[in-house]
Amino acid sequence: MKMSKRNFAAVIFFTIVAVFLFFTALLMHPFGDFDENEPEMDQRIIDNSQTETGANNAVTGVVFDYRGFDTLGEATVLFTAVAGVILVFRRLKK
Amino acid sequence: MMTLNLPYIAVIGLILVGLIAVVFKRNLIKIVIGITIIESGVNLFLITLGYREGSVAPIYSNSPGGLMSLPVPQALTLTSIVIGVAVLALMISFIVHIYRHYNTLDASKIRGDEE
Amino acid sequence: MSGMSKIVKTIASITFPFVMIYGLYIIAHGHLTPGGGFQGGAIVASGAAMILVAYGSIWTMGKVKEKYLSVLESTGAIVFIGTAIFGLLFAGIFFNNFLFDGNIIFNIVPEKGSTVGILNSAGTLPIMNFAVGLKVIAGLFVIVLVMAYATTKRGGGKK
Repeated sequence: MKMSKRNFAAVIFFTIVAVFLFFTALLMHPFGDFDENEPEMDQRIIDNSQTETGANNAVTGVVFDYRGFDTLGEATVLFTAVAGVILVFRRLKK
Repeated sequence: MMTLNLPYIAVIGLILVGLIAVVFKRNLIKIVIGITIIESGVNLFLITLGYREGSVAPIYSNSPGGLMSLPVPQALTLTSIVIGVAVLALMISFIVHIYRHYNTLDASKIRGDEE
Repeated sequence: MSGMSKIVKTIASITFPFVMIYGLYIIAHGHLTPGGGFQGGAIVASGAAMILVAYGSIWTMGKVKEKYLSVLESTGAIVFIGTAIFGLLFAGIFFNNFLFDGNIIFNIVPEKGSTVGILNSAGTLPIMNFAVGLKVIAGLFVIVLVMAYATTKRGGGKK
């Protein structure tokens, strides 16, 4: 049934990746367990988010104030995608 | 012991389903749908990394007190979702352009496999 | 593509203002409740896509021309970058929160702990929420409109 060489190579690649991912899932730390390594950066953000940014929402404070540069890059990616879509569907008027 | 890791098993299931669609299918639109499923699996993985045992959402308005989840992985997931939407829009517009030129949607005919 | 029947057009026209108000509420309260610029912009763009499906793409392209939407998106980008550069002018740090704890607007500092939120707080965050929300609304609506119009006979397709 797997006649061509391309199909055979695809099956071997897929089984290697599946076995690799499955063994990674068994070796991860248990879900929601944080006793050994205390998160220091996020604890500081949660404690001081109301007095340093004035926002009740810690996630909005991280997105627009502590890490605003990532939001600037994401706005650029959205602008580039819209420009690319309009460019493909343009009709030159003769 | 193993049922405690259930979110990670769900992430692996999503990634493997997407990988089957990318590797084994020949229609171009099915390949694009497989790429989007892999992207959803990665976003789910980012969110489940930031959960502490018995915690609430990291918002201070009318919150019952106690432990709060980590806000930084949620911010990274927001950026990742928007980038996934942008890449999907560009891939679909390129598929429409390819169809106008080759008049077929079969990946092996466009590549030129002899069979 | 052509529009749908009379019942679908009436129901879409009645439902669209409620969807728009809900999306603008989520954009405006971004610093108090879960939500913000990106999520509210996606909600309003979904409502606009409902209008596009109900009325047909030829009618919608006649009403809303493409260059007005590009102006709207560029305005959102300029307001976002301008707020960041103003922080550079006032205190020497890019993206500085210069309206926080001042005395012009948006300057009330909430007390610590679990409070009921005040809308007039958090510095430059509501301004940036509105700018990003406008950008996402215009961007997602333009993508759907251009792809739907390009397959009709007047837009250059073969159908």
